[in-house]
Order: sequence, then structure tokens, then C-alpha cells
Amino acid sequence: MELTRRDALVGAAALAAMPSSLQAGERPEEPKHGGVLTVHMTSEQRILNAALRASTGVYVIASKIMDPLVDLDADGQPKPMLATGWDTSADGKTITFRLREGVQWHDGKPFTSADVQYTAMELWKKHLNYGSTLQLHLEAVDTPDVHTAVFRYSRTMPIGLLLRALPDLGYVAPRHIYEGTNVLDNPANTAPIGTGPFRFVRYERGQYVMAERNPDYWRKGRPYLDRIMWRFITDKAAAVAALEAGQILLSVYSSLALADLDRLKADSSFIVTTKGNEGNAVNNTIEFNFRRKELADIRVRHAIAHAIDVDFFCKNFLYGFGKRGTGPIPSSSRSFYTPGAPQYPFDRKKAEELLDQAGYGRGRDGTRFSLRLLPAPFGEDISLFSTFIQQSLQPIGIKIEIVRFDSAAYLTNVYRDWNFDLATGWHQYRNDPAVSTTVWYRSGSPRGTPWTNQFGWQSDVVDKLIDEAASEPDQARRTQLYAEFVKQVNTDLPVWMAIERTFVSVLSARLRNHSNNPRWPSSDWADLWMV
Amino acid sequence: MLIVLVGLFVLLQFAPGDAVDALVAQMGGGDATMIDDLRRHYGLDLPIAVRLASYVWHLVRLDLGFSVIYGKPVAEVILERLPVTLLLMTSALSLAFGAGMVLGILAARWVNRWPDTLISTLGLVFYATPSFWFGLMGIVVFAVKLAWLPPGGYEEIGAEYTGIWRVLDITRHLMLPTATLSLIFLAIYFRIMRASMLEVLTLDFVRSARAKGLNQFAVVTRHVLRNALLPMVTLIGLQAGTMLGGSVVVESVFALPGLGRLAYEAVVQRDLNTLLGITFVSALLVITVNLVVDLLYVQLDPRIGSSS
Repeated sequence: MELTRRDALVGAAALAAMPSSLQAGERPEEPKHGGVLTVHMTSEQRILNAALRASTGVYVIASKIMDPLVDLDADGQPKPMLATGWDTSADGKTITFRLREGVQWHDGKPFTSADVQYTAMELWKKHLNYGSTLQLHLEAVDTPDVHTAVFRYSRTMPIGLLLRALPDLGYVAPRHIYEGTNVLDNPANTAPIGTGPFRFVRYERGQYVMAERNPDYWRKGRPYLDRIMWRFITDKAAAVAALEAGQILLSVYSSLALADLDRLKADSSFIVTTKGNEGNAVNNTIEFNFRRKELADIRVRHAIAHAIDVDFFCKNFLYGFGKRGTGPIPSSSRSFYTPGAPQYPFDRKKAEELLDQAGYGRGRDGTRFSLRLLPAPFGEDISLFSTFIQQSLQPIGIKIEIVRFDSAAYLTNVYRDWNFDLATGWHQYRNDPAVSTTVWYRSGSPRGTPWTNQFGWQSDVVDKLIDEAASEPDQARRTQLYAEFVKQVNTDLPVWMAIERTFVSVLSARLRNHSNNPRWPSSDWADLWMV
Repeated sequence: MLIVLVGLFVLLQFAPGDAVDALVAQMGGGDATMIDDLRRHYGLDLPIAVRLASYVWHLVRLDLGFSVIYGKPVAEVILERLPVTLLLMTSALSLAFGAGMVLGILAARWVNRWPDTLISTLGLVFYATPSFWFGLMGIVVFAVKLAWLPPGGYEEIGAEYTGIWRVLDITRHLMLPTATLSLIFLAIYFRIMRASMLEVLTLDFVRSARAKGLNQFAVVTRHVLRNALLPMVTLIGLQAGTMLGGSVVVESVFALPGLGRLAYEAVVQRDLNTLLGITFVSALLVITVNLVVDLLYVQLDPRIGSSS
């Protein structure tokens, strides 16, 4: 197991393309059928339908039961799933998918283009979060035959964007189950019927979700596992105990305490790795409220960024699970990351100079001004970072009062009531900047929409870049537009992407064929097996 | 009880954010139209007064409403969780009561000698240590290091045991949680028992019993114990509510699907109907326990019944 443990420390990107057979050691092992995989879940899920809810918590379960049109392969390139091929018209307004033949829903009915048409128009376009934005200009889906679906858009839809978004936002639901019902209340939302490698068995609220091997899966001979159990354990310490006692074999999306992750790294019965999470980078943010006159001054925002020693924080507080952020497009994004945007290295002297220039001198007690900082309650790292921000800004004369809320209250205070000066939380990058990144900067989001531009900042240049890139069919040109976009927002800094992190998975060393694509925890696990 | 529920309803309106905000937080965002649709779907766009009136109207017909998180009637959600909490509470209470009583008798019997000092010190330690710490240490020692007991859960999932095997399996799973939940209460019962034993031992009728020539065992069990038990029984009634609160922590640490954890999740996810339902059921539970306690009084001390 030495090799795999080193993987974790070396970091992921370079190893992503490594043949999975090498993971187990030098000699390839023969995959074995059978076994029950138990997976840690941190919170109860309201629904288990990935065509209706785009969230990691839903994917960890539903992506084994439902299939998307396309997924990503080991190199992050689109890989055929329910769609076997795709084409775009010259104007980029028509995209044709050829669908897989001989696929069956878990209830025995055949999968056809009518299912794709229905899911796209009724679920993705109307109800799926981020899907409704992505498919805003989708006018209709034509079904010339049962294995062809033609998506017609009123504006150019870059096929690169669609193919990168569909692994998350392209799960197909069965038309015959949903048609004519209230989609949000359909019982299949908690007892999903899909085409995936595992069939839903039951959801025992507060305890577990169970799925069993689908013998009629379209990939012959897969999956290897007999059964998957997802166990709900809310307490992090209890989850680690369950992992160490062998009650759960897998915990994904950084669901354990940082100190425990660090400790398990040294234990040869576990693999602690960021591999398989490259497509799902997270930034720790510092969000500025421009309604405070001090923060509306660009020099003050730059000063705050200069005053925080992010490298020190990552090394000593995050146990190395993170590094200095470079902008809203993470360095792990192979398709869109372009280096060279303005950065703010740790420089306390420069920070003080900027504040002096802005006219905020120190008062009699050494304080220039005070700010209220709202940390999001999503993770331990945010709580640590908020304290670190407080400690870092004190020496340059900014006093920070930390105000903590639970998630509903946090979102209301920051994005609806604008009742904050600074906020710190997560920005999640989902394979393409147009999915969930540019909404942080585009003006015009209605008040109360979380994780959007509610900072009281607006830039015509940035708005134009965002709109242009979202409907530019040429991939190279899109990358260029996004590079320009990052340069702009890194200069203006309405929100600072201070830290870049990749999610961490903890796996039992008994698992094979894992972490082998950029969204592995959310992928189908049809090839996963255990010794 | 109606006042409690209406008060809680109004109080919860002051908590910033609603069930849809919590849902959006869980799913990682979405656009404004979709969020508005959801709010309409759950009826959260109506004015507070309308929602309160509708809630009360349902309540008088014994309808607890519909849970936003679980997507089914609240009554059903609570009924699923109730057995776990009841089982945990009853076993923890019995353990605390039984062991507290025995230890109290022992300590009173050898008052100020080494058994008393030892038991009293232990009692103090149990009383002063937070239960989640005991729970986690129990897991580390008995589940992770020794692998004797499961670290959490209500039963072995997927094992599909039936009959006696299922009972044994659940017992195995509940051993650590019961011990954890009962320790603090055990300490309290022990102290009360010791004090009331010491008090009763000095009374005249005890001297009479000894003078009759009864042996020590008979004096303690037949004469002293019965009288010393009265304050203990009172305590059960008082602590039933506290124990429901304590089960939140224990259920989280041991991943048990009980009412306490349900209540916690209902608060975090702003599932108002579920929370109100739990309050309602908890209140019923506490009232029932107190009724039983009152009936026990009469059994233990016939003077209470006849004098009134």
C-alpha cells in the first residue's frame, strides 16, 4: 500500500491518468465480484434524484442508481454514458445526441429519447439548480427516432460547456414515472428508478440508504459490488470511529475532521487522497460588502488580501490540504486555468501603506476601523479561517468581530439582508466557469439568491466578458475570455478566492479501481471492487 | 400545550432563514426562479398569520402536518423515531435508577469508610464529565480498540435479523449509548439515595425494627428502602424531560435514529412542522411519566393516597 499512500501526498493531477490497475501495487490484480460497500453520509438527503438536485450529497447516492448522458474519463474528457455520440451545428444552436440502445430502466421499461426530452424540458430546465441557468435558452428537444435527441437552443450553446456541465447536470429520469405527476412530490424522488449499475432498495430515514447490484446493467459484467450502503453519521468523531472499526469503508468530500484526516494518512489500512476530486475544486472566499464605504475602496480590499498569510494558514491549520488561491478558476482546471492574473502576496507593510493612502489612519487605540465578519457554518476550515482573518487584520489596525450563524441564517444575512461587512465561505467550481462560478460576479442576480453577486459591486466589462464566454462556441476563444475575466475580477476583487482546496476522500485500503476520474465520488462506481 | 406550540411557532419565525434557505444551503445554490418555486411549493410564501391559523386548524384535528425534509406526514416521521428514543430512555433510566439505588445503599451502609469514599468520588466524576466525552471514549475503547461493541447505529444494517437475534443485535448496539446517557443521571440518583438513606436510618422506626431483632438486610430492604425511595421517584418525573434533551447528544454521537437527532435536524433545516410535532410528543411523554410517578407514590407510601 506504500505507493497509494504516497499518491496522497504527492498530489493528484499528475497521477490522474495513471492506469488504475497500478493502484493496488506492482502486479495487476484480477477484479473480484461481490462485497458490500458502506459509505459515510454526513446529512440526511431530502431527495435522491440527481435530475432534480445538483449537490454532492445527492450525487454520492444517486449517481450509482441513475446515469447521466455523459461523464468524464480519467483525463477529464467527456465519456459516453447514455449518450454514445454528439454533434453540434455550425451556428452552435443545435446539439444532437445519439443514445445508447438496449438500455433498461430498473422497472424493465426501455430507455428512449422520450425520457431525455422529458427530463431536459421538465426537470433540468424547470427545477434542477444550475440546470435551469444552463438550459435557460433551451427551446425544445426533438426526438426524430427513439435513439436520437436533438437539443435546440435560441442562443449559441458551446458544446464544450454543455459536455462539461452534463456529467453533473445531465442525469436522466424516467418519463413514464414522472409524466403527469407533480415532479417535486413524486415518490420516485426518494425511491429513485434509473438505468445505473445499482438498483435502489430502501431508504431508512436517519439510518441508511441501500442499493443492490443491477444484473441487467448495460455494461456487461458490471458492477462488481453486490450492494452499497450509505450510512448517515452526523457526528465527525463518531464517523471516524465507525471508519476505524470497519463499519464504514469510505468517506468522501472532506467529511471528517482535519486532524483525523492527517492522522489517518499514517495508517496503512486507509488511503487519504485528493485524487478523483480534480473537477470539484473549492475556494475559501472573502466576500466584501461594498455598502461599507471603507470596503468600497479598492485599496482597502487589496490591503486586506495582502495582510493574510494564506500559505502559513494552509500549512499549519489545514495540514497541507489546500494552497493559496489564484482566482475563481482553480489551477486544477486543465481546460480553463491561465496563470498570470494579479496576485496579492503576504505583505503587511504594503497593506498598512494602502490603508494609509486610503485615508484610514490609526485611531488613539491603534484601530483604523472595525468590521463584522460572517463565517459560513459549512466546515471546520471556514471557522479556522475566520479566526485567522481576525488575527491577521488586527496588526494592520482592522478590528474584526466574528458573528456566527447556522446555514439558513448565514445565507439570509449575507445574500438577502446584506447584513455583513466581510463574509467567508466556499466557492465551488464545477468543471466549467459558466456552471457556478460566473454567477458570483455577474450583476443582476435577484436579491436573496445565495452564492451570487450580492456585494453591491458591478462591472460592465466583467458582465460583457461573462456573457460573451457563455455563448462562444470556440473552446480556445472561451479559455482566452475567461483568462481576461479572471484578470479583471482579481484586480477589482469584489470577492477574494483566498485558498484553493480539493476535496479529500478517505478510503479503506481494501478498495480497488477508485479515484479514477475527476469527479469520482459523484461517478457510478461500476468498476469499483474490493479485496 | 397549545400556548407552548403557538409560542414556539412565533419564536421560530424570528430565526433568520426558512426551510428553503436551508435546502438551498444543502444543495449548493440555484437560481432565483427555482428558489421562488420551491418556496411556493412548500407554502412558505404565505403570510405568517395564515400559516399559523392553518397549523392550529390542522392541530385541533390531530393532524401534525407535513414534514418538509422528509416529504411525508410528521406523525409518521415521529412514529418511526419514537421507539428508538423510548427504548434508549427507558433503559438508561432503569440503569441509572437501579445502579444509583444500589450504590447509594452501599455508600450509606459504609458511610465515611472507603467504599463510600470510592463510590462518592466516582459519582462526582460521572456527574462532572460531559456525556459526549464519555460516549466518544466508550467508542474508542470498546469499539475501535477492543472491537467488542459496534461504534454506532441502531442495528446491523443489511443483516436482516429477525426475532431473538434482532433483539440481541439491538441490545449490543444500545449498550454503549445507554451507559453514556445514564452515567450523569446515575450520579444524581446515587447522591439522592445516599442522602435519603442516611436520613431515614436515623429515624425512630428503624431503631424499633432493629430492637425487634430483625437482621441488617431486612431492616434496610423492608423498612429503610421503601421510605428512602420517595425522593428518587420524584426525581424520575423531573428528569424525564432532561433526559429527552440529553438524548440529542447521545443520538448524534452514536448515530441513532431517534427523536433527539430528528429535533436537531429539524432546527437546522428549519422544518417547522416536524419541530412542533416533536415538541408536542415530548410534552405528552413528560406528562405521562409524571402521571406514572404519581401513581407510584401511592404504591410506595399508602399515606399519600389516603390523606387526600
